[in-house]
Amino acid sequence: MKTCLVVDDSRVIRKVARRILEDLGFEIAEASDGAEALAWCRSAMPQAILLDWNMPVMNGMDFLRHLRQEPGGDTPAVVFCSVEADIEKIQEALDAGASEYIMKPFDSDIIAMKFVEAGLA
Amino acid sequence: MKPEDSEWIAALCSRLIGLKVDPEKTYLIDSRLSVVARRESFQSVEDLITSVRNDSDDRMAWALVEAMAAGESSFFRDRTPFACFRDEILPAMGQVRGNRPIRVWSAGCGAGQEIYSLAMIVNDGLAGRPPETQIQLFGSDLSNRAMEKAQSGIYTHFEVQRGLPIRSLVRHFQRAEDMWVLNAPIRQMVRWRQLNLISDQTAAGGFDIIFCRNVLCNMTDAARKKTLEGLAHALSPDGFLFLGEGESTRALEGAFNAVADRPGLYARNQAFRPAVQAA
Repeated sequence: MKTCLVVDDSRVIRKVARRILEDLGFEIAEASDGAEALAWCRSAMPQAILLDWNMPVMNGMDFLRHLRQEPGGDTPAVVFCSVEADIEKIQEALDAGASEYIMKPFDSDIIAMKFVEAGLA
Repeated sequence: MKPEDSEWIAALCSRLIGLKVDPEKTYLIDSRLSVVARRESFQSVEDLITSVRNDSDDRMAWALVEAMAAGESSFFRDRTPFACFRDEILPAMGQVRGNRPIRVWSAGCGAGQEIYSLAMIVNDGLAGRPPETQIQLFGSDLSNRAMEKAQSGIYTHFEVQRGLPIRSLVRHFQRAEDMWVLNAPIRQMVRWRQLNLISDQTAAGGFDIIFCRNVLCNMTDAARKKTLEGLAHALSPDGFLFLGEGESTRALEGAFNAVADRPGLYARNQAFRPAVQAA
């Protein structure tokens, strides 16, 4: 079973995303900020990461840049999931190595379609 | 809702646009028509239906059937037909057509997601397409409201996240507050026409590729046959027809041949002579 790491400082968003992604067949791990997510990836690299942008301790963009420097860190498909909806911000995420980008609010169809786009479902 | 009202609505939809409506599904009829009732300042759906039945108001009757016909769509819906269009049909057609334009029609284009998906494919270019290939894109729908939305190229936050790859959003759209606006160069690639597939069978012609997906499945058997006759008339003898998942050309025997291993793709049978002819 593929693993997806859900990284968001909102417990509600993590819970909602977990339910949707479990229905898509993923095993779910959770982290509430970028530093926690990076530690998780160093112990077990997931196949997919659903990543918030604005988080305490380490934000999503810093996490992604660090992740891509890690051994094996180029393999997970990273789907940003953020309230940031400016084209410049989205482009910045793509330039940093994001595979897809979800603008909040989202629903289950959007997550499913974005994961298909990212080659994950 | 009174049974005679729901049966009248079903009959109206069948007669005007060939739409199959189950009169037992009163909740569906009610929810679709309540939008029209509110918009047109009626107290209730019943009042709306009574008014249309008594006044023979054509404009309002069309508003009813348009509301009943409204469907969900998404960019690059089902993905596979678009990959087939980009990677196989368009390059092959380009070789055959040379300098002559390839004409592509989205029949029943709704709010435009399908034809704009094709426009983005054409705009983004493709490997294997001869450089001189010209492509003309056409969209039609029976609904004026849908066509207006399609022509505006304005979509909600949710609509642009259904099926549209994020790189396509960044490349082809601009954000305008809570909405997303398709860039003019893509919008200007498409020509539009309001068209009823069952009554305007000969109004369109000379197409090389037709997308008519998720339209036939909502039609009565008679309307399906009429529509396929119109599509056979409109399609060039060596043209291709894309239908939706689960749809087929069975209602019109002999006009199309299914393409092996390409579900939903049909080649026009070159020997077939359409019963309908241009006026």
